[in-house]
Amino acid sequence: MPGSRGFDVKRYSVFAIAREALRWHRGWERAWATPEPKPEYDVVIVGGGGHGLATAYYLGKNHGITNVAVVEKGWLGGGNTGRNTTIIRSNYLQDPSAAIYEKARSLYETMSQDLNMNVMFSPRGVMMLAQTEHEVRGYKRTEMANALQGVKTEFIGPERVKELCPIIHIEGPRYPVLGALWQARGGTARHDAVAWGYARACSAMGMHILQNTEVTGITRDASGVTGIETSRGRIATRKLGLVVAGHSGQLAEMAGFRLPIESLALQALVSEPIKPCMDVVVMANTVHGYMSQSDKGEMVIGGGTDGFNNFTQRGSFHHIEETVRALIETFPMLSRLKMLRQWGGIVDMTGDRSPIISTTPVPGIFVDCGWGTGGFKAIPGSGWAMAELMAKGQPGPLAEAFGLSRFREGRFIDESVAAGVAH
Amino acid sequence: MSTRLASGGRLIDRETPIHFLFNGRKFPGYAGDTLASALLGAGQQLMGRSFKYHRPRSVVASGHEEPNALVNLGDGGRFEPNQRATVTELYDGLEARSQNHWPSLEMDIGALNDLAARFLPAGFYYKTFIHPRWAWKHLFEPVIRRSAGLGRAPVERDADRYEHYHTHCDLLIAGGGIAGLQAALVAGRAGLSVLLLEQSPHWGGRSPVDGATIDGAEADDWVKIALQELESLDNVRLRLRCQVAGLYDHGYALAVERLADHQPGAIPPRQRLWRIRARHVLTATGAIERPLAFASNDTPGVMLASAVRDYVVNWGVSPGDRTVIVTNNDDAYRTAIALHEAGLVVPMVVDARPGVGGPLAETVRALGIRVESGKAIAKVLGGKSVGGVAIAAQAGEGAVLETVPCEAVAMSGGWSPVVHLWSHCGGKLIWDEVSALFRPDPARPPTGADGSAMVTPAGSANGALLADAVLADADAQARAAVKALGARLPKSAVPQVETVAEQPLAATWIMPQGAGPALRAKMWLDFQNDVKVSDVQLAAQEGYASVEHAKRYTTLGMATDQGKLSNINGLAVLAGALDQRIPSVGTTTFRPPYTPLTMGTIAGEARGVLFQPLRKTALHSAHEAARADFEPVGQWRRPYCYPRPGEDRQAAVVREVKNTRQAVGLLDASTLGKIIVSGPDAGRFLDMIYTNMMSTLAPGKCRYGLICSENGFLIDDGVVARIDEQTWLCHTTTGGAERIHGHMEDWLQCEWWDWQVHTANVTEQFAQIGVVGPKARLLLETLGGMDVSKEALPFMHWADGRLGGFPVRVYRISFSGELSYEIALPASQGLALWQRLMAAGEELGVMPYGTEALHVMRAEKGFIMIGDETDGTIIPQDLGLSWAVSKKKADFLGKRAQQRSHMTDPDRWKLVGLETLDGSVLPDGAHLPAAGENANGQRNVQGRVTSTYYSPTLDRGIALALVHRGPDRMGEEVPVQDGKGGTVAARIVSPVFFDPKGEKQDV
Repeated sequence: MPGSRGFDVKRYSVFAIAREALRWHRGWERAWATPEPKPEYDVVIVGGGGHGLATAYYLGKNHGITNVAVVEKGWLGGGNTGRNTTIIRSNYLQDPSAAIYEKARSLYETMSQDLNMNVMFSPRGVMMLAQTEHEVRGYKRTEMANALQGVKTEFIGPERVKELCPIIHIEGPRYPVLGALWQARGGTARHDAVAWGYARACSAMGMHILQNTEVTGITRDASGVTGIETSRGRIATRKLGLVVAGHSGQLAEMAGFRLPIESLALQALVSEPIKPCMDVVVMANTVHGYMSQSDKGEMVIGGGTDGFNNFTQRGSFHHIEETVRALIETFPMLSRLKMLRQWGGIVDMTGDRSPIISTTPVPGIFVDCGWGTGGFKAIPGSGWAMAELMAKGQPGPLAEAFGLSRFREGRFIDESVAAGVAH
Repeated sequence: MSTRLASGGRLIDRETPIHFLFNGRKFPGYAGDTLASALLGAGQQLMGRSFKYHRPRSVVASGHEEPNALVNLGDGGRFEPNQRATVTELYDGLEARSQNHWPSLEMDIGALNDLAARFLPAGFYYKTFIHPRWAWKHLFEPVIRRSAGLGRAPVERDADRYEHYHTHCDLLIAGGGIAGLQAALVAGRAGLSVLLLEQSPHWGGRSPVDGATIDGAEADDWVKIALQELESLDNVRLRLRCQVAGLYDHGYALAVERLADHQPGAIPPRQRLWRIRARHVLTATGAIERPLAFASNDTPGVMLASAVRDYVVNWGVSPGDRTVIVTNNDDAYRTAIALHEAGLVVPMVVDARPGVGGPLAETVRALGIRVESGKAIAKVLGGKSVGGVAIAAQAGEGAVLETVPCEAVAMSGGWSPVVHLWSHCGGKLIWDEVSALFRPDPARPPTGADGSAMVTPAGSANGALLADAVLADADAQARAAVKALGARLPKSAVPQVETVAEQPLAATWIMPQGAGPALRAKMWLDFQNDVKVSDVQLAAQEGYASVEHAKRYTTLGMATDQGKLSNINGLAVLAGALDQRIPSVGTTTFRPPYTPLTMGTIAGEARGVLFQPLRKTALHSAHEAARADFEPVGQWRRPYCYPRPGEDRQAAVVREVKNTRQAVGLLDASTLGKIIVSGPDAGRFLDMIYTNMMSTLAPGKCRYGLICSENGFLIDDGVVARIDEQTWLCHTTTGGAERIHGHMEDWLQCEWWDWQVHTANVTEQFAQIGVVGPKARLLLETLGGMDVSKEALPFMHWADGRLGGFPVRVYRISFSGELSYEIALPASQGLALWQRLMAAGEELGVMPYGTEALHVMRAEKGFIMIGDETDGTIIPQDLGLSWAVSKKKADFLGKRAQQRSHMTDPDRWKLVGLETLDGSVLPDGAHLPAAGENANGQRNVQGRVTSTYYSPTLDRGIALALVHRGPDRMGEEVPVQDGKGGTVAARIVSPVFFDPKGEKQDV
């Protein structure tokens, strides 16, 4: 492992599997250690999802800070990291968004090698369908912006759409496919493996991954944060990162400040597995739905957010109904497939639907939240930027535009023009 | 080999033989068969291949829990993959094909995976295929993808129809076994409206097979009597083939009724989705038998003991001449009895419990069947079918004591209540040590809107497994539900059941107890996904200790059966590996639907032309007659242009623009939003909604207004007309009508609820026709009836009157820069007026024009278009519209936001015009690059094009753009992206390209 000085983790490889197979796999060690909490750490990250773990990882890898604990209320990756539709793309319109999502996408390209764990990043290509003239103009604008941002995208015509995704019905009747914004280097990855891979690498650097450890309070003195109270006792720290997505509001309240975040349930579903029929990711914003096929063969389908704030990670029906209708219009073959299961994830939405990577009113406390419906694709970029912010105390170029002050100043980063639906 | 017995089978009709095709071969069956029972009866045990190792598989269960026997069913527009053979009712001519193999079911190359199984443990793919980097996408993943998946992807459009049905009831009962029937009797007699839904085609559940005597009658007869009474009650609705699929918050339930799956195409719809709002839900969903984990327990011929009983009793099918029973409980002895009664041989009952006694075991012994206690199956012998079993001591490591030749194995590891619906909406479970099962925790039920329990479990779904307990529990639970619903309890007794007492079960998770790694690597937990005991133990060893981690690492319970057979066994193995108690490991979350739900059913009727409403204006038929080229604008269809023979879109647009500028054009403006705002506080309200002052507008006059969001961004615009002292009519953009109406109501209902204002969206009540161009007045005057002179009806005024006999309201407003009248009249008369105008204007050269000519003309005038110049990030001040933002008003929506530092920053991009030096048309969305890069390595940018057109009036390309300090840079040359990787030079000019003084519109 890179910088291996903590928990000893044997390298994964085909040779290791062969060796272990001969002794019935008795030699595999824990992917990450389960230590008792220390009384104090240099940095404590609250939230053992992708973003929190990535923050810890880049604190160690990029900044040499390894006296770090990641504190997780439940099981690693049990929030949105393990509930999303695994789409990775960076074809964003606004400069700050394109910068951080493209950073993330490029880190995904080498993540399996970096972490020595196969996260199955598959750059199968992402297309966003244009189904009205207005959408055509919008995506051409994004294509133009992307060209200047160093993000490779192209606007393709309906014939090319059909060629890349033969199961699509491009002739309407309601919304014919007029073209698509195509990002060939976008794709999908195995979501759980991202969390596990980061956790394993963090553990190897000597960091502490503390699962089933719920934060019950945040303590501070005149100079800033002093530590956290948890279900496993008090942990002191002078640098605290809050990376808890939908629960950011509660943690901020414990620390004594407020965040402009609303929590909503975002709906998703998968079909039964079938043999490969779709190699690309398709997003259809006019009709509200997006779909890809997992390596297992399931059609993975994303819908919209429920129209009310809540914290239940349950599926609801009306969005599923709308999403499935829309997708059957776009992919008629879906009609005779069956929905295997549906679920909800709690997304943290800001007013401009862009994230917050920021210092806070409490010195020593930093937040990384507000990724809303687009968090999975951002994980490595978010961790990279948050680690830089926490290590240096001030944001680097990736995080700079995402500070909390933007809401006060009106400096919004609004992507709604480019993404009418959840993404 | 499985065969059809010479007699028996309570569900089949031997008088009605039918035929079906499996893998192209013709097979016989009987009416009443399932596909699985017919295949078994015809000796076809091999039905499919497993997901990962492509192991040969046969049916293991007899119901919805089946993980193995999945087929590609049907053909063409009625093809469906992954259909469970166990619940597929046989019909004549049915066509099924087995899945997940190549080249054939018998000879599958993919089974090579099985030989390498030792090298492919849980999660092996996370540990390899890492190098080289390109190889995952281009080499490994394609191979894995092809190997994975199950059924074929459908190709053709669905030939069937689906429908939704909405209903209410007091009590929804899921499950029509004896528990559900008894509950329905209680609630029905109490006068409640009851909906009793049963997923199978038969009432009574397991009881007729298991053989209880209820109130002195055979179970079958008791069921008939109960049904007779229920059918006589008007307040009770009964449905078969109707499964409660999901339970959601506040008593909302989905049920799917399979109307035509057993008679494809016979009657539409194929399936009906019941959308039920129930005051209370009673789940009488029964229980599912658990397999036992012994080596090679996935061999074709190894089945659940209850399933073996079902096949013998229900369908007259023998699983094989000799069936070994392996169990840890008494219930499986019923299978031994059933087999014996059918004349089949049971060489041995292998019971893991150390001392076996009790009436059932004694009955079996008395039949001459050998009962071995404290024993286990060490492994199953055979490959594609069972050849025998090796017997060992359950307490040992698997040393073989003897082998018993047999053709089938019937296994029972106990029963798990079906708690899915309870769990869907948040109900929690408790672990019952005695029966080794999770059952609903009455202390933590799903709660409804008022915080009280909204679901009651009953019968074996509540952990009451024997018929007497089932009925007693169902009766008691139903009474509690009736009481909770406030109805009077009926006077009736609990049915009396004669049952045989059972001895306690001994929880058995691995067989034999001390099996080594070689055996554990062959003990299947999740049959479909090929997850074995060794995989779950490896997950625990590697720290994937949370039940969710173990599930995700091994894929246990993630197959199409969603772990109905595997979850509890897997959980117990995980608990064992972690040295924890089962309840402290917890369960994974059950998600809707209970069994996979057809997408077409979810979509219902809303497909094709019914997908979304298509909105047509009152003038639509005139546009069609004029061969308009339509474009979708939201749900509306609007003419983009009216091409004449030989014209393309571009030529038509040029002609329409020129004609309107030089003569007169007609525009169908009916889709523009029209919202009436009325009441004593209407003026005050509109002063808050619009950035400019509307309360001071005099009746009879019009004013252009802007609407901003709370964040200050421009969200809509349009002309507001004051109708009378208390009434205003607000025009919105076409796409904005519903949105802005909702926006107004949001503020009225949530913030200013005490203001006396009513709003009404009357968009569709009026047709609106734009009469535009220098000859517009002449045209109206030929119709006569109303003074439309400049003096009588000046610019930005409106008047009511009659034109050519039509009752009209005429607005003097212009979006083209020309002399323009917008004429509103009742929608029903719109077409007649349009036709009159077209006829009357013939000599004047009148032509209709479409949305594109409208856009070109507004761009020539520098008028903004919501959605082009705005995108949710633009404030009016960016667009040179500061004049329409009141500085006098104390407040309006967006005012405070527009005072924030970034909003008042002089460096904001502002609206200007752009003209290319060579006259060419700029591409859509082009940006204006600036020198250098930002800190993230992105090219600096100084602006972007918002609208770009060829102007027929000026015969050159024109564009509107937002440019850094644009208005200060008039005349400057800037580079603009040309869409081909380079730039084209353009000059910054005024956004008003045509008639800058507005002389043409104010005449």
